[in-house]
Amino acid sequence: MSGGLYTQLLDLACGAFLLAAVIVLWMRELASIVRVFALQGIALAAIAVLLGAHEERWDLIAVGIGIGALRAGVLPYLMRRALAALTQDRRRYADGGAETRETQPLVNVAASLLTASLLTLLAYAVARPLTALHPTPATHALPVGLAVVLIGFFVLVTRRRALAQVVGFLLLDNGITATAFLATSGVPLIVELGVSFDVLLAVLVLQILTTRMREAFGTTDIDDLRELHD
Amino acid sequence: MLHLSGGATASAFLLTAPAAVPLAVAGAYALATPRTRPTAAAFAAELTEARQRASAQGPVLLVEAPEPDQVSARHGQDWAGLVSPAVILTCGSLLAADVDSGGSQRAYSGLLRADALTAWMLLVIGTVALIACGSAPAYLHGERDAGRASARAVSRYHVLVQAFLAAMSLAVVTANLGVLWVAIEATTIVTAFLVGHRHTRTSVEAAWKYVVICSAGIALAFLGTVLIYYAARQAGIAEAWALDWPTLVARADRLDPAVTRLGITLVVLGFGAKAGLIPLHAWLPDAHSQAPAPVSALMSGVLLSVAFAAILRYRVIADAALGPGFTRVLLAGIALLTLALAAGLLLAQRDYKRMLAYSSMEHMSLIALAAAIGSPLALSAALLHIAGHGLAKSVAFCASGRILQITGTARIGLVRGLLAQAPPLAGAFGLAVVALMAFPPFSLFASELGIARAGFAAGGGLGWVMAVALLLVLVAFAALAARTARMLLGPGTPSEESPSAVWPLLLGLAACAALGVALGPLTDLLHAAAQAIGG
Repeated sequence: MSGGLYTQLLDLACGAFLLAAVIVLWMRELASIVRVFALQGIALAAIAVLLGAHEERWDLIAVGIGIGALRAGVLPYLMRRALAALTQDRRRYADGGAETRETQPLVNVAASLLTASLLTLLAYAVARPLTALHPTPATHALPVGLAVVLIGFFVLVTRRRALAQVVGFLLLDNGITATAFLATSGVPLIVELGVSFDVLLAVLVLQILTTRMREAFGTTDIDDLRELHD
Repeated sequence: MLHLSGGATASAFLLTAPAAVPLAVAGAYALATPRTRPTAAAFAAELTEARQRASAQGPVLLVEAPEPDQVSARHGQDWAGLVSPAVILTCGSLLAADVDSGGSQRAYSGLLRADALTAWMLLVIGTVALIACGSAPAYLHGERDAGRASARAVSRYHVLVQAFLAAMSLAVVTANLGVLWVAIEATTIVTAFLVGHRHTRTSVEAAWKYVVICSAGIALAFLGTVLIYYAARQAGIAEAWALDWPTLVARADRLDPAVTRLGITLVVLGFGAKAGLIPLHAWLPDAHSQAPAPVSALMSGVLLSVAFAAILRYRVIADAALGPGFTRVLLAGIALLTLALAAGLLLAQRDYKRMLAYSSMEHMSLIALAAAIGSPLALSAALLHIAGHGLAKSVAFCASGRILQITGTARIGLVRGLLAQAPPLAGAFGLAVVALMAFPPFSLFASELGIARAGFAAGGGLGWVMAVALLLVLVAFAALAARTARMLLGPGTPSEESPSAVWPLLLGLAACAALGVALGPLTDLLHAAAQAIGG
């Protein structure tokens, strides 16, 4: 692959990756959020595969495909299943589908998008020493990974639906994986396997807890979790 | 040559066993689980049965008392959990001897490695696990009698606790910083359902906060790890060794300072979340108060310090790459804020399990302060404090679990006259709190004294930090003393308590006092461990 084409494709994949995170902030319907999250997983896999193709490392391409299967296939499937479970028993709780929407986020959409742009600027400022250490096309795109980490954190603290929080956590995780690929072409395989396995288990645990929360509280609104405080 | 290879196999075995044996025990428990699939009908039946038992506890239990051999099988099952702590303790002591005579031990091309700090942490994990698993049978017995634990729930409890021990052991025996991260994140996942073991609102809320805050916090630590890895690769370290702790320490001076600074900050914040330090500490009091008592003991006694041991490892890299000033300011600031928060909330506390949880934050911040000081005396005192706090806090939590079963409430205001009600249990609880308040002869007295002396000797503003910290410790001391005295003293009617429930607690208190009087054979190990982390 020629150098120019590689750089352009890499920038395109990174742009799509960041855009997906911003669209998550914009969306309210949880089903669409999960769909956008799956698209972000594909962009992440594309970043890994492009790096692998550029460095002619087949193991990296394989890792990229594995990451894609996990982040664009398995995790969205689990989220959709949790969402379906919430929709299915809608009649039992008679709340007209409020469970599947982010009805009133703590920060409204316009302010969220503004914050996302500020967070992206912050990521570029923070990442300057990182890019300066080893300037390549990949490390020039590194701030994108950090921006998605910050946006993930923002989603985590401002969204009120349990499943939206899970998406925030996964955005955070996607951002870190992207940073790892862009900075160092990925962490060693044994660590990557361990991390992916941990993330998968964490999502499974959170999915089960969501169901229990619905049973115990009758809703998955995090704001209702206020039994424990000092 | 033959002797050498034999030694290598032996050390590989000693390094593998602390993580592998608990995992095998967990597998055995999982296989022994009653094989009934939870159909909806069975679940409904179980629920009605539990309700019936809860509504008329005594009579129903008398009528439906299980067969004697079934009871003994259950007891055997509960006691089998002691195998793992025994193995961890044995491996820890043997590794301590090996490290003392032959330096650090390695296995699997450096993936697993033991130095003096590893041996010390394994000993702490083993002892605290011995106390927690030793008092589990009495606790589970109480839960069964109250109709709160089905056979499946008890079985799941055992599987998860053993997996928890395996993950913590792996975290201290690995030299690879990536594997260390994976192991610490694994502890969050396996303990999630232990925190949320009841399906009540408080339990689900605690579990949700625990998983979300700890996973997000520790994700930061992974980002930090990635940045350190990036700096290491750019410093010319090969891929296979760029996350290897000894290699990173040896070549830390070549790491890029700006990238390392960012990485270390994220690592301290991330692992700090798991160690109960500000700003991501909010999960700790909820999780500690909702988990079953033996699990609270393990989480507070060792999980916090295993996470902090990770920070201690990174601190060595940071000091070599950036000079000691950076981590000193970072850790001292975090420690002081955590201490202030813990002392303030201890004053306002009305729940005794939450009181113990905030006391854990207080002690972790003292350890963090000692790490900030970083002199040999301070680091030795920090490691001794980890051991003393683990022992005393696990005794206090295990006793609090039994108190909760006897009194039925976790509110301090509703508990009076415990000393008259259950003298051995209340005595153990009281002594454990006395130990946590750092009275002699318990080892926390020696370690807090050591930290204070090191702090005033260090100069450069640390003296003032230490003075403020001591003032806050005094506030925490007063809060703990007043609340515990309220619970223990006063009139009460005696209730029977089986002596088998108290021996692990007395063992823990005796060990804590013995450490405070004389370290004995552990002196060399403690100093070697402090030396390994830059002391």
